[in-house]
Amino acid sequence: MTQRRSYQIGTGFFILLGFAALAYLATQTTSVANFRQGDSYTLKARFTNIGQLKLRAPVKLAGVRIGSVESIELDPTKLDALIKLSVDKRYNDVPDDSAAAIFTSGLLGDQYVGVQPGGSPDMFKDGGEFVLTQSSMQLEDLIGKFLVNGSPQKPADKASAPDEAAAKVAAPTPPAPDIKH
Amino acid sequence: MIGDALAQVGACGLFLFQILAAIPKSLRHFRETIRQIWFVGAMSLVIIMTCGLFVGMVLGLQLYYVLSIFGGTAALGTVVSLSLYRELGPVMTALLFAGRAGTSITAEIGLMRATDQLSAMEMMAVDPLAYVAAPRFLACIVAMPLLACVFNALGIMGAHLVGVSWLGLDNGTFWSNMTSSVDVWKDVVNGVWKSVAFGAVIALIAVFQGYTTPPTSEGVAYATTRTVVFSSIVVLALDFVMTAFLM
Amino acid sequence: MTDARAPQNSDALVQVRGLRTTLGGKRIFEGIDLDIPRGKVTAIMGPSGTGKTTLLRHITGQLMPDAGEIRVDGQNVPALRRNALFDLREKIGFLFQNSALLTDFTVFENVAFPLRKHLKLPEELVRNIVLTKLQAVGLRGAAELMPSELSGGMARRVALARAIIRDPMLILYDEPFSGLDPIALNQVLKLIRTLNQTLGITSILVAHEFAAVSRAADLVYLIAAGKVVARGTPEELTHDDSPWTKQFFGGEADGPVPFQYPARDYAADLGFPATARPAGAA
Repeated sequence: MTQRRSYQIGTGFFILLGFAALAYLATQTTSVANFRQGDSYTLKARFTNIGQLKLRAPVKLAGVRIGSVESIELDPTKLDALIKLSVDKRYNDVPDDSAAAIFTSGLLGDQYVGVQPGGSPDMFKDGGEFVLTQSSMQLEDLIGKFLVNGSPQKPADKASAPDEAAAKVAAPTPPAPDIKH
Repeated sequence: MIGDALAQVGACGLFLFQILAAIPKSLRHFRETIRQIWFVGAMSLVIIMTCGLFVGMVLGLQLYYVLSIFGGTAALGTVVSLSLYRELGPVMTALLFAGRAGTSITAEIGLMRATDQLSAMEMMAVDPLAYVAAPRFLACIVAMPLLACVFNALGIMGAHLVGVSWLGLDNGTFWSNMTSSVDVWKDVVNGVWKSVAFGAVIALIAVFQGYTTPPTSEGVAYATTRTVVFSSIVVLALDFVMTAFLM
Repeated sequence: MTDARAPQNSDALVQVRGLRTTLGGKRIFEGIDLDIPRGKVTAIMGPSGTGKTTLLRHITGQLMPDAGEIRVDGQNVPALRRNALFDLREKIGFLFQNSALLTDFTVFENVAFPLRKHLKLPEELVRNIVLTKLQAVGLRGAAELMPSELSGGMARRVALARAIIRDPMLILYDEPFSGLDPIALNQVLKLIRTLNQTLGITSILVAHEFAAVSRAADLVYLIAAGKVVARGTPEELTHDDSPWTKQFFGGEADGPVPFQYPARDYAADLGFPATARPAGAA
């Protein structure tokens, strides 16, 4: 009888472990994890082009996830994209002159909103809006620039800091003179 | 030869129906099913966890190297988790499961056949299909997906260990890229369906081989070998078919 | 001995009529008729390979004959559906030649197996019944051993306890004496006798050992070449003078059952001209 009990307990443990693993996979490593939200506040940002940015894409500051994209709308009058970001209450000391930019995590990764902290002593409040934004860097635009200027190091227009960062991320390989198409 | 192979496949298919028909009766021997989950599932945990960890670590290393060529190491978590959930988890677990649990089922039933234990059950008016075959079949179907999940979880941990702790990838990037690209239904749950199907196929082959083995030591030896060979082939072929349908 | 084949006891528990079987292309039975009287020990004897075990498998419905009728307690076994067959088997005990104990379970659980599977009895009652039966075969002390720890004779006694656990109306013994030392043989023999006498269980005994059988059986059937060749009490058969009985009970190497397995001509096989016939090829 004790033998029977011990394997029943073992089996129970095994089934529990299996379901725990499933629950872990399903909730911690998938998009379900992004639903989990503590207290948060909303920030707004306008972009001329959001590229492939999707709902629930991460919002990162210095590479650390601080929130997610809550909504994406087209402003009917200004004809630009109005993004609402939901940022975790824990990170409520983001300077209000910070810049928001849309980055791609590597060549293969998804797009996300990166926040470049500014130096203002005032912090963002709920509903605050980013003044400085940098739109998604389109690969086609980059290639066009290469073809016009021949060098990616000196872009034609004045690129802001996030722009350069985006260019670096988007084109990490050394500039090749013979770019196809 | 071809006729023999066809006859085997046909007999195996009929055997599946016999097992399925015996399942309602086998619920009377529910305790036996629990015992079999213990044997095929809990006893396979160590090998599955070890292999899962190492597969995850190897994936972490290899993919880090490949992705760094494209400057895409940030996608390591995504690539590792997707390849584990969709393919490697279910398939590797199934192959290990066939080697660990499938063979032991075949050998056990083969020896029960050889020592007249199956006939003895028939003579005691206990249907061996309901008491021996069906519980093992059910146990494999329950145990396989759970083992695959454990394998996946350990794989992710292994990749995290290599990518983040050793190669210095950013922890937040690793997880956030993963969570933004992996879908519960399309990736995790489809992988679970795959492993359920693999569990059923392995159980069917293992029980069938044991049940029909000639009652000699040589017969049992051949039957166990056939279990591993046939289940591996069928698992990989079925994997292709299911991938095509689940995509 | 043609009259011996004619059934005499109409109140037989098992009646076999016109049984014909072919197994793997080999003719096993070519029309067997026999009756197993209630409450008696009936032995079925015969040379190896005549299908005595096959006959037992027919009686329990594990094997279907080509033709013929096997009535057990009035029911024709080959015509029974699976459920009815299982109901019938619950009333039959079967002692396998190699005991066929379930190797995963202790002796106690082995003996308790039929009870647990068919009846929902309180644990206390199960324990009492099992220990009673184990006491009857003298192995109450071995209840917690595993089958691998038992000697051949002990395993057979455990299997016997399992066969009688539900007080069957019929027990089939398949070679219960083979491979036993004289002490174990006598123990099993005594058990067969006692079970029959005290519980009145009808018994069918398949065995080779005439000395043992003659002490246990009330009636002996001798089967050879697919037919019943002799029938009678052990006493009658020892004095019978048909060539079959003489060879079998006299233990002669050659006779109606040939020493040589059917083969091509010996000389031709060795490559000599067929005219030369060396001794032993006859």
